[in-house]
Amino acid sequence: MTAYILRRLLYAIPIALGVSIVCFALVYIAPGDPLQTILPEDASAETIEMVKKAYGFDKPIPVQYAIWLGKVLTGDFGLSIATGRAVTDDLFKALGNTMLLATGAVVVAFSLAFVMGLVAGYHAGGPIDRGVTGIAVIGVSIPNYWLGIVMVIIFAVELNVLPATGMGPRGSDTFNFWEWDHFRHLLMPLVTLSMIPIGIITRTTRAAVAEVLNQDFVETLRAKGLSEFEILLHVVKNAMPQVLAVMGLQFGYLMGGSILVETIFTWPGTGFLLNKAILTRDLPVLQGTILILAMIFVATNLVIDLLQTMVDPRLKRS
Amino acid sequence: MRTIRTLASALAVSTGLAIAATSASAESVLRVAMTAGDIPVTIGQPDQGFEGYRFVGYNLYDGLVLWDLSQGDTAADIKPGLATSWEIDPNDDKRWIFKLREGVKWHDGCDFTAEDVAWNFARVSDESAPQFNAKQFAAIRNRTGIIDKVEILGDHEVAFITSQPDALFPYQLSYWFMISRCKLTELGNDYEKYAVDPSGTGPYKFDAFVPQERLELVKNEDYWDETRIPKHDRLVLIPMPEATTRAAALLSGQVDFVEAPSPDTIPRLESAGMQIVTAPYPHNWSYQLNFVDGPFKDVKVRRAANYALNRSEMKALLGGFMEEGYGVVPASTPYYGNPMFKYEYDPEKATALLKEAGCYPCEITLAISTSGSGQMQPLPMNELVKSQLDAVGFETNLDVMDWNALLDVGRPGREKNPEIDGINISRALQDPFSALIRHVYSKQHAPKGSNWGHYSNPEVDAVIDEIYSSFDPTVRMEKLTKLHEMMVDDAVKLMVAHDVNPRALAPNVKGFVQAQSWFQDLTPIVVE
Repeated sequence: MTAYILRRLLYAIPIALGVSIVCFALVYIAPGDPLQTILPEDASAETIEMVKKAYGFDKPIPVQYAIWLGKVLTGDFGLSIATGRAVTDDLFKALGNTMLLATGAVVVAFSLAFVMGLVAGYHAGGPIDRGVTGIAVIGVSIPNYWLGIVMVIIFAVELNVLPATGMGPRGSDTFNFWEWDHFRHLLMPLVTLSMIPIGIITRTTRAAVAEVLNQDFVETLRAKGLSEFEILLHVVKNAMPQVLAVMGLQFGYLMGGSILVETIFTWPGTGFLLNKAILTRDLPVLQGTILILAMIFVATNLVIDLLQTMVDPRLKRS
Repeated sequence: MRTIRTLASALAVSTGLAIAATSASAESVLRVAMTAGDIPVTIGQPDQGFEGYRFVGYNLYDGLVLWDLSQGDTAADIKPGLATSWEIDPNDDKRWIFKLREGVKWHDGCDFTAEDVAWNFARVSDESAPQFNAKQFAAIRNRTGIIDKVEILGDHEVAFITSQPDALFPYQLSYWFMISRCKLTELGNDYEKYAVDPSGTGPYKFDAFVPQERLELVKNEDYWDETRIPKHDRLVLIPMPEATTRAAALLSGQVDFVEAPSPDTIPRLESAGMQIVTAPYPHNWSYQLNFVDGPFKDVKVRRAANYALNRSEMKALLGGFMEEGYGVVPASTPYYGNPMFKYEYDPEKATALLKEAGCYPCEITLAISTSGSGQMQPLPMNELVKSQLDAVGFETNLDVMDWNALLDVGRPGREKNPEIDGINISRALQDPFSALIRHVYSKQHAPKGSNWGHYSNPEVDAVIDEIYSSFDPTVRMEKLTKLHEMMVDDAVKLMVAHDVNPRALAPNVKGFVQAQSWFQDLTPIVVE
């Protein structure tokens, strides 16, 4: 097992390298230039050259990449071109804010979706199943930025019961999860963000449960005289690996932060940070954020794989 | 006796507490939703375009020259700031003498002197100076590049030596902010530290900062201009790039003052009792044209395009929130003049001109962006322009890109983009150089300057040279007027619209006067 984990962690290194090279190259292939942000609109060619030099953009791209990589290995993600702040500070703060939102969405979406999927799968083909599947389809199909805006109109503008934007009354630095006045800032983004995972996980759970219920061993259990509840426990255990795999993917997506949802609610997470960094071609911020998010994705997949093995020993790796 | 004393002290304490509580709750706060995606940098020259200048630059800092933003009836002009007066040396037209204001203190308590001006110049010009900052250099270079040297003539007097005569020089200084030498030196010239502990001379002092989320400024009780001591205690600046979010935040009472609500939200805001303020200001939504490669090198084609536009339709598209653009600058600008050509909608004339020019159908490519600073509603507006141009015989291709990519086409000029005939970058026309000269002067050909399409006209160049050496304001105004008339008559742009910059204010926000400027003065605002 330890060897397996170590091997998986080793695999993460080429993935990280690949992600960072692709990201670095993409920013250069895309039209635009990171220095546009800090130069006035009528900066002369001499000024541009001088600033390029100051930021090291006059060096060949592979050299720039090597310098960047060298610093990252020592934990230094550099300074944002647009703001001059350390990328590490902004990135980890944004990550914390997104994590709060994502964890909330995970708790809500996973528990709700799992229960709904289970009930629907158990009653496959019946009216409950059709109702739940309907909800799941709506969850997957409604664009979440649209839902976010509609909720803002209803709850912030018309009813005036929830704040439309921001993280807490005085910014994220003073955000206190346990105070209602702060917590209510979290509600709308959380619900908005939960909708898609609710839809996807409900459908997966329903399909997995329905499939397992049709297997011969369930018939055997019934013949042995087990109660329906006990049978369901067996079913859940067998459906779990499939559900866990999808949950892992969804958790990864949520951790990446939703650019649209975070921008609509001005939630200062990784999505908001990325949006701004893309528009300004802020290379150090983009690089750092994408690298860390990719690593989180890799780590999440690893954890899910291990969890699957624990739940279903048949999947045991050498 | 003892009881009385105890009682008295208890009373004093509780009264003190009560007073403290009242004053805390009575703090008046103005919360502004900006269109920027982040807090503009606080180390002197801001980023985030002129929005950064508007909300951070002119609030924390002062320039030697400032803008008079106290009225909205005519276009804003410059006024004395940290300098009380200036004049050109009668014996040398490249030497400006500036008298500095006495008794001004930085927020950190140090005195403002001529030394500070020289030190601030080194900060944005001399790579070997410890206070030099490359980003600040880049941000202000196009304004300070003309200064060769700063001479200290006394504690409160300096001379600027310019590399060539420039009668418009004081305008350039209005964009350049003075930061505290005392403070930056104390912080070991570390700009990262200075960014969260800045010190200027402006009407607001720095108080708190949450990156990406909010900047809180408090009023400077000791501001040197007593008429501009803020009438509220605290100013909170919140970046909110999404227009729908800004409108929702205002409607739900999270902010009091919103920049650029989108036209379709304005009726809803008005019905909720919000105040919508607008004013023409020096902004131009237009296309710079390519005078070398494509059909626009023929003035007939340029005029045809200008006659093809039905600007009242554009105004209807924007719910009335624009001024029809028939000149390079809005009609209320002092140097608008009386151009011979007024490009009222005339499709027949447009078609006839195209046929005369031998370009029918006339294929053109316009580079446009999906969003961006000052770009208004670029997609629907460009679609409308295309349909109007095509109706008279153009065949318009829109080359759509994001804002950063469009700037990348804008900087190097037509040489690198010969296939593009027009570029839709909205321009700030704050001063005569920005408004007129830089777009048509042959010495401003891109990439050196902003003359994107390499317009060259010896007559225009001659007028510009005269402007630079006209130190008498009346003569200068005559020449500027002549220049604008020449530019309109030669159709140097495809002129479409001037933004009127709508802002939405909560009903309890009083006292704001919208100046005809990119900059605004928030200090007179009272939050009731």
